[in-house]
Formats: sequence, C-alpha cells, structure tokens
Amino acid sequence: MSDLAATRSRTERRNRWLLLLPALAILIFAAAGPLLIVLIYSFLTPGDYGGVVWKLSGEAWFNVFFERDFFTDTLGFADAHLSILWRSISLSLMTTVLAFLVGFPTAYFIATRPANSRDMWMLLIMIPFWTNLLIRTFAIMELIRNEGTINTVLLAIGIIDEPIQMLFTNASLLAGMVFVYLPLMILPVYAAMERFDFSLVEAAYDLYATRRKVLTKVIFPIVKPGVIAGSILVFVPCLGAYVTPRVLGGGKKLMLGNLIELQFGAGRNWPLGAALALTLLVIVTIALLFYVRVAGREGESNIG
Amino acid sequence: MIEIANVTKVFGQGEAAFRALDGVSVTIDENEFFTLLGPSGCGKTTLLRTIAGFVDPTSGSVKLDGQSLLESPPYKRPVNTVFQSYALFPHMTVAQNIGFGLEMQGKPKSEVQETVAEMLELVRMTPMADRQTGQISGGQQQRVALARALAPRPKVLLLDEPLSALDFKLRKEMQLELKRLQSETGITFIFVTHDQEEALTMSDRIAVMSEGAIRQIGGPRDIYDHPAERFVADFIGDTNFLEVELLRTEGEEGRIRLASGAETTARALSGGVSAGTVTLAVRPEHADLADPAEALLPGTLAEVVYFGTDTHYHVDLEDGTRFVVRQQNTPAQVQRRAAGDRVGVTFAPGVGQVLRD
Repeated sequence: MSDLAATRSRTERRNRWLLLLPALAILIFAAAGPLLIVLIYSFLTPGDYGGVVWKLSGEAWFNVFFERDFFTDTLGFADAHLSILWRSISLSLMTTVLAFLVGFPTAYFIATRPANSRDMWMLLIMIPFWTNLLIRTFAIMELIRNEGTINTVLLAIGIIDEPIQMLFTNASLLAGMVFVYLPLMILPVYAAMERFDFSLVEAAYDLYATRRKVLTKVIFPIVKPGVIAGSILVFVPCLGAYVTPRVLGGGKKLMLGNLIELQFGAGRNWPLGAALALTLLVIVTIALLFYVRVAGREGESNIG
Repeated sequence: MIEIANVTKVFGQGEAAFRALDGVSVTIDENEFFTLLGPSGCGKTTLLRTIAGFVDPTSGSVKLDGQSLLESPPYKRPVNTVFQSYALFPHMTVAQNIGFGLEMQGKPKSEVQETVAEMLELVRMTPMADRQTGQISGGQQQRVALARALAPRPKVLLLDEPLSALDFKLRKEMQLELKRLQSETGITFIFVTHDQEEALTMSDRIAVMSEGAIRQIGGPRDIYDHPAERFVADFIGDTNFLEVELLRTEGEEGRIRLASGAETTARALSGGVSAGTVTLAVRPEHADLADPAEALLPGTLAEVVYFGTDTHYHVDLEDGTRFVVRQQNTPAQVQRRAAGDRVGVTFAPGVGQVLRD
C-alpha cells in the first residue's frame, strides 16, 4: 500500500517537472541566457568594429554615468546620457498619466454600453493596435509634419500663415507614444470595469455620494488593479521605446532605446550598450517595485 | 408620509414602448410597513426605484411629507435602499460599509463611529465589524446591507426583495428581524416582494400589483379574506373559483345561487358588481366536507392529498368544477374518506367573496 503511494507520488513529481519543462526551457534560453550574455558583455572591452574583446573592464559602466573630457581629461557627468535618461523617464511618466486620463473614461464608456455593442467598441480600439507600429507612427508623422495634413488644412483655411512645427518636438513624441500605447491602458482597465458591479454605483448614489464621490470612493478603488496593470503595461515599453522616438523625434529627441541601439550600431560600443540596457532594466524594476508597493498600501486603507 | 399620485412610467418608444407603471396612486403613512406584492414584471420594483430616484417617471408626482421628490437626485433624497443583491462595497469592511452613507453626508468622525457601533449592535454584527464583506455569510451580508441603509436614519427605507437570496430558515428569521427593526427604528418601510406569505406575515398594509397597476390595497387579512378581484384571489393563497348567479346585493352582502341550485350569502362590494353571472372565490380552508344530501354542492371525491399539517380533498362537483377543501390534521383523526366517495362541499354564509373581475 505504502509502496503504491510512494510510486504514485514519485510519478506525480516527475509529471510536474515534465509539465514545467517547456516553460523552463523558454525562460532559460530566451530570458535568463541572453540576460547573462548582456551582463557579461557589459564588463568587457569594445572591439574596434563592434563586438567585444574578451578583456575585463569596468569602463562601460563608468561611461554610463560619467565622461572624461577629451581635451582636459577631467571627469564630469555624462550629460548626454543623463538627459536622455531623464527624457525617457519623464516622457514615459507623462505618457502613462495621459493614457490613463484618456483611457479610463474610454474604458468606462465601453463598459457601460449594452453588452452586445461592447465587442464592437473594443474592436475599434484594437484595430490600430493590430496595425504595424511603424505604419502607425509614419501615419502620425504624415499628419503632423510641416507639409502634413493638419498644417495643410490650417494653412488652406487661413488660420495660420506658416506651418506649425509639430514634428520632432517633445509634444509630438508624447502624442505619438500615447496613441501607440493607449490600447494597453484601455484593455486591462476595461477588463476590470466589465467585472465591476454597477449596482454598487446605485448603492453609493443612494447613500448620499455625489457623482464625484462615487467615482473616487467606489469605482476607482475597485478597478484599481486594472489601472495598475495598465500603467505598468504602458510605462515599461515606453521607457524602452525605439521606433516612435526615432521617427517622431527625428534622431534629435533620443530616448534610452535609441541610445542603446546607437551603441550596438554606429557607436560600436557593445559593452556600453549592454550596460545601458541593464541600467534600463534596473530602473524598470525599481519603478515597478515602488509602484506596486505604493498602490498596494493604498488599497488597504483607501477609506478612513 | 409618501404620496404617490398618478405615476406612469413608459420605457422605450413607439411600438416597443412598455408601460411599467400605469397611473399608480397610493399614500403610505409614516412608520408603516407597506408591501408592494406582485409577480415579476408587475412594476413593483419600478415603483420602488421611482421613489429612490433611479427611475424618472413619465408623468405623475411623488411627494414626501408634502415636498416633491422628483427634482432631487438619489443622493439628496432622505430615502435609502436595501438592494436585492445587497450591493455591499467589496473593498470596505463591514463597519466601513455601514458608515459610508454617514461619511458621505459629511458627519463628523466621532458621530460616524458612534452610529456605526449602534447599527452593528442593532443588527447583531458587532463581532464582525472589521471583516471584509466577502468573508461573511449571505444572512450576515443581508444584515450589513440593512444596517448600511438604516445608519443615515432615512425617513423611508426601501427594500427590494431583500430576502429572496436567503434559504428558507434564514428567511423566516429575517422576516421577524425586519419587523423588529421597523418597530425599533420607527422608519417607514416599503417592501417589495413576490412572496405572498412574506407579505402577509410582515406588512401593515399590502398593495397587490399587476401589469403596472395596483389592483387592491389593504391589510393582510383584508386582502386574503376579501380579495376584490380574480387576480388578487388567485395570486394570494389557493382559491376555488365558482361560477354563481348574483341575485341581489344589500350593503356588502350578496344573495347568490350556486350551480347546484342552493342559495346562500356571500360578501360582495357594493357597486363593484351587478346582478347576473359572477365569480365566487372560496378559500379551501373556509369550506368543509359534508353529507352530499345536506351540502351546498354535491360531488365525488377525486383525490385525497396528505400534507402533514393538513389534508387536501379534491372534489369533482356535478358541473365539472374541481373544488379543493383543506382540513387541518389532528392526531386523533381517522381517515374515513377515500377517492370515489360521494361527498358534498359546504361553506358558511358570508364566507365566499364575489369578485369584481
């Protein structure tokens, strides 16, 4: 009897590992492996024509934050890197906030439609998302460039005398990123909103809560997990965005993604690229931990 | 006092229009336990939601103590609702749920805490104050929903089938509990249900509704013993319907002739019916079995059904009508009758009710 039980538990254990194997394999070969390579490369010396020379060096990590003046040989902060880092973080934060401000009402709107028309609304949200990112970004560029649709129309009807410079500005970058990542905010917020029991709104409304209070005290706290998920889904890819800043920023408004690409491409400094990529990873991790911690604590005490 | 006058609510437009309420008028007194009773779709919930402010009537007026309610949004009406699904806030504790209304009214924290403690005591939930609403049973959720609606001391408490989700035993318990809460708080309760028994045990007065209109208003006894029309008699309790001839009426008493030719008296509302063929309603427990020779209506016993507390005798009358007589069982009783026996049905003068229908 106990023999049988022992055999069974052994079989079960083996099955469990077999079931985990595909996921483990993907994690090891596609995530942990490459990450390890990046980590090792960041401590090597750049080769003359790209690639790395197998010689240990801390130079790359040093260059992430500091730079040595070419002529005077004095140390200073790597202004270019820091300003790009700052632009990445601030633009990503603003994109997240704007995506929330636009996405939350949109999700609310869709969730309050009759059940049979919600799918149609969601489809309208998803169609641009299914379109190739590059095509979408070029479409925005076509809209806002100096000879683009908006300027042409405004010029034609005489509202402006000369085209407004919209392309290659921080504002255009921001607008583009919000447009690109908005579905990632709407989707989880809508999912939370759809499960939301709207009789709670009536209950709150009945208990002397004004529309504002209903929103802040009942709807928002309950759909907050969706908002957190949406914010993470927008913020993280924003930090590493590459195509949108490249096209709409015109190579002048670089973000971290572009900087990293530069090191692996024209810069021929793979270790620096690797170190920058890891810096990005650390920032994302810290931001996420911080965000989840704060949001979680608020969740426990959102009504006094 | 709530005065509802001529309230009509039409949902939709044109061909799809649906009259949920059709000229409803009723006055509900202060401190009354008033029940809206009717089958689903009769408009009782729509009427309740009109008072709460979630439904804007197409026409008519709703007044509370002489002041019109219709211009105020729900959050400005001194009226609270206990919802069928309870609608407790899942992100708050029991105490936070109960305090929500008071907090929204801007009451000082000390007062909120005091009232919450009082309410917890009232619904006997003090030990559960810090539980999440998902961690308590259905009956307890029900109590919290009640306490939450009572905490702001509304002038009127609306209850939308609050007991329908509870099991039988708990429902019985909560019926008594509700009655106790109503007399302790002195708040007017307007209770919506489709359960006639619930309505009869708890209410001071009942309004029976059907197809968007009130068919009859009265005390539980009044409604049960003297239903005014076929719908009310049929919906509340079991009833035998007999086709009889109304010979004449004197005051509330009508002289009738049954199908067997026998004559007796029955209650008939003056002005409600005119002489001729009418429907007579007789409750099964108001009739008795008798010797066919002496009975009002002779017939054949078709079925004897034992129910524990009582026995139902199904009698096929001579004109083909099926008549049910209900007799309470006693321990000493010996079952003497069997299907196929010749029997007769009899009932005392004045027991039957001539219906308006």
